[in-house]
Amino acid sequence: MPVAGIDVGSLTAKAVIVENGEILGSAVVPGSPRPGESATLALGKALENAGVKREAITYIVGTGYGRKQIGNVNEVHSEIACHARGAYQRLPSVRTVIDIGGQDAKAARIAEGGAVARYAYNDKCASGTGRFLEVMAEALEKPIETLGDLALSASGSVRISNQCVVFAETEVISLVNKGIELGSIIRGLHEALAGRVAALARSIGVEKEVCFTGGVAKNKGVAKALEDALGVPLRFLDLDPQITGAYGAALLAEEATMQKKSA
Amino acid sequence: MIFAGCDVGSLTSKAVVLSGNRILGSAVIRSRTMPEETARKVMDEALAKAGLSMKDVKGFGGTGYGRDKIGFVNHVNSEIACHARGARWLVPNARTVIDIGGQDCKAMRLAEDGSITKFLANDKCAAGTGRFLEVMAKALGVPIEELGKLSARAKKPVCLASTCTVWAQADVVSYLNAGETIEDLGAGINNAMANRVATLANSVKPDRDVCMTGGVAKNQGVVRALEKLLGYSIVIPRKADPQLAGAIGAALLAAEAV
Repeated sequence: MPVAGIDVGSLTAKAVIVENGEILGSAVVPGSPRPGESATLALGKALENAGVKREAITYIVGTGYGRKQIGNVNEVHSEIACHARGAYQRLPSVRTVIDIGGQDAKAARIAEGGAVARYAYNDKCASGTGRFLEVMAEALEKPIETLGDLALSASGSVRISNQCVVFAETEVISLVNKGIELGSIIRGLHEALAGRVAALARSIGVEKEVCFTGGVAKNKGVAKALEDALGVPLRFLDLDPQITGAYGAALLAEEATMQKKSA
Repeated sequence: MIFAGCDVGSLTSKAVVLSGNRILGSAVIRSRTMPEETARKVMDEALAKAGLSMKDVKGFGGTGYGRDKIGFVNHVNSEIACHARGARWLVPNARTVIDIGGQDCKAMRLAEDGSITKFLANDKCAAGTGRFLEVMAKALGVPIEELGKLSARAKKPVCLASTCTVWAQADVVSYLNAGETIEDLGAGINNAMANRVATLANSVKPDRDVCMTGGVAKNQGVVRALEKLLGYSIVIPRKADPQLAGAIGAALLAAEAV
């Protein structure tokens, strides 16, 4: 019997339909000021994608920043729990999950068996979140998806001395005006972001295997910089890193239905 | 004898020409990319207002972020030293100086003789600096000079939960869309700014007289909110533009060194 997981983030909403641990369909939609609407939209698209009717869904778990405002969910779980669950399912040897989302970054240590042992997150400061790259992509007038490749093809990197997004934006504009190669600037930005997130991850202790999830994990430049900053290779799941939370939520939904059956 | 000081900041640069206890001329300009060029321009303007030229000046003091790159300056001092000295000249009983610049915020505790006993500065995070107000004024669509007046006209100031400038800017935009008034939002912005500055100021254990320098001292909304948070009334310099404190201090330290 199919179940669903919905992850309503600040910038996007994701939904995944799962049956017996396997993904039947998924969707990522842009967020709206009303989390409930985004959730319904994401769920509808995921159902369509899976070829499953809404009535067939027996259980829904919600997560993400807007999780308290989604109607029609059976239970809600923290983003940390969902990301950890999703990562553990695909990669049982995972001991550290690093997730960079649009407006936050999280690091979680996973015990054997999949339970979350420790975690840390930042949602107070935009530096060290996906927003940092968004602001910079806008300043550089480059689509955010192209940043990774631009950085990897650069000849070097420029150190960005400001940590604050607001100050770093000014710094980047003056670097561009000085005629510095764009790729080198972007690589410097990736290193700055990776440095912030690596510090967060180190605060809980980084242990192998380390898995990188969240929308920013699609950026190969950040992944490379984060590997260098942590000094350990990163593992990626065999699914869109952006849906890890929704996938984990769906897995938790399936567990809940099983527990109900056995009870 | 005539002395001059210039303070080359990241956003604006200031210069003053002093004769004893009198300001003969002053200027404030937007900083350019080259500190040397900026310093020259602002000093020329201040001298022109005083009806003087470079050769009439006995010594030049310099401070600010570009201070080591100004050729004509013969007395370079730290920003903290210059701001403290300038603040004492503006407000002789000052024991606490809060200076908010375009990209930083400093809090200083002074002994009775004016020497600095404690100081703290933030130039890492835009929150609590003039930059925060600039970004917010832009988001509100209000000139930065008008932002301070909004507090007095607010009915129910909005409470901004985010400290980070980036998040707060997004919050302001969504509050505007939700129909909050410019006045209530402006007051909320000034309060948020004061909150952040108070945290820094409280860590130097303020004592009276508390004085405020830098461009943000002209924002009444921030000043009133900060007074409430600190539990001290704040003296705003009347002798000269509070933004000139650093340049005045630079000129005085140059004069005292001779």
